[in-house]
Amino acid sequence: MLYAILCYNMEDVVGSWSKEEDDLVMERLGVVQEKLAKAGKLGPVARLLPTTAATTLRKARGEPLIIDGPFAETKEQFLGFYVVDCDSLDEALDIARDLAKANPGQGSYEIRPIGLFRPGSTSQ
Amino acid sequence: MTDPSWIDAALTAARPQAVGALLRYFRNLDTAEEAFQEACLRALRNWPKNGPPRDPTAWLIFVGRNSAIDTARRQTKQQPLPPEDVLSDLEDAETAIVEKIDSADYRDDILRLLFICCHPDLPATQQIALALRIVSGLSVRQIARAFLVGESAMEQRITRAKGRVSSGEIPFETPDAFERAERLAAVSAMVYLIFNEGYSAGSAEVEARFPLCDEAIRLARLLLRIFPAEPEIMGLTALLMLQHARAKARFDADGAVILLDNQDRQLWNQTMIAEGLALIDKAVRHRRPGAYQIQAAIAALHARARKPEDTDWSGIDLLYATLEQITPSPVITLNRSIAVAKVRGPEEALVLIEPLEDRLSGYFHFFGVKGGLLMQLGRKEEARVAFDRAIALANTPAEAAHIRMHLDRLSQN
Repeated sequence: MLYAILCYNMEDVVGSWSKEEDDLVMERLGVVQEKLAKAGKLGPVARLLPTTAATTLRKARGEPLIIDGPFAETKEQFLGFYVVDCDSLDEALDIARDLAKANPGQGSYEIRPIGLFRPGSTSQ
Repeated sequence: MTDPSWIDAALTAARPQAVGALLRYFRNLDTAEEAFQEACLRALRNWPKNGPPRDPTAWLIFVGRNSAIDTARRQTKQQPLPPEDVLSDLEDAETAIVEKIDSADYRDDILRLLFICCHPDLPATQQIALALRIVSGLSVRQIARAFLVGESAMEQRITRAKGRVSSGEIPFETPDAFERAERLAAVSAMVYLIFNEGYSAGSAEVEARFPLCDEAIRLARLLLRIFPAEPEIMGLTALLMLQHARAKARFDADGAVILLDNQDRQLWNQTMIAEGLALIDKAVRHRRPGAYQIQAAIAALHARARKPEDTDWSGIDLLYATLEQITPSPVITLNRSIAVAKVRGPEEALVLIEPLEDRLSGYFHFFGVKGGLLMQLGRKEEARVAFDRAIALANTPAEAAHIRMHLDRLSQN
């Protein structure tokens, strides 16, 4: 069974870490990751850029709405995610539009650039 | 979650919002700062014992407000409030504040706190020092170090600045849309000033002054979080990140400036560049161009080029032309001439900058650029004259050393 582990924290606090503190945290996380990678249990790892870099595409009656900032509705739940390689925000928004069209329900797609990405490898 | 460095980061992160809210309650900067200070002391005692609160900012505002009211009552010999660990409704009150924390009040609190530091009577350096002290919460010693002055001189400078922004003049009414836009523009300019204080430092000072760049970026992100749909704030934040991304590549081992073309691009911080580019992409969608966005777009074209020869100089030329229209300035025309030289040759660039000589007669970079263009055209004698003027006007030893390198090359061939 593959599991996704979603990391939550206070962005303004994390953003107040000095570079040394940030490096130290990344180093400690690296130790945990390495153990998992050796056991063939580590899938892709991503650290997202701050929510200020996010754009949200929200399904609406007609054309979807495009809103600056992160997705912040609490009545919907986090159901899945894609990692796509795009040259621009517009290209990423086009992909999100296609996904929104293919998906019958309501919903939103938060488009957030990835700051650090390791593809990883699992036995599955 | 309760180790000292986490608490420290949480207090730093909460500061602008908490001091801003306390200032709204008490309408007095000193009271607000003291209340926040007291709340921080209690947090340091309380959080390791009881675990951090769900919302540290709300906790600090609540506890700070109570302790200041408590102090005021004690001074007027009235009944004191019970200490915060006896308060049975702390959780409830905290929840109430948490619910309110998304309201527009809080956005205007932060903006007001930054805005009072931009008081028009204050010279730029005092505005910056005040903002670093009040909003960022840097210690007087840290600020003094960043400005390369003594601690007591900086203490005096900050005290004087605080005296000028007397509480009576602080605008407490909720700003209308126009005022808000005006405040935002003043505050953006100040954040840019803070960045430039750090960025324009010579190599010997860079170590001490780097925190100014980091702090400016943190403030820009803060502005962006409270005004998420303002393209100029996206532009400002992007501009700072794209410039700061090159920090490690800007000086050689001897402290001499390394120009963009000669920088080791491997040393550029790709994460910062990615964030800057993402913000520019977001800003462009609004189709409301502004000076910060255009400057960021120029920086973005540099950042996108993996090698100097990949740089989209005609794009940069066009962006500078737009910037000239929005904010006409001889310095912008001078910068544009570098792109013009790459696209249409040094001759045309020289024609573009010659009319600027009167207005830029005291400007180091003007003669540096002019000398460079003349050198490319093989007009060695005139180039030498321009370079000599540049050396006489150099602001730092590194600038002078850079021009001397050109003069050496001139006499070699």
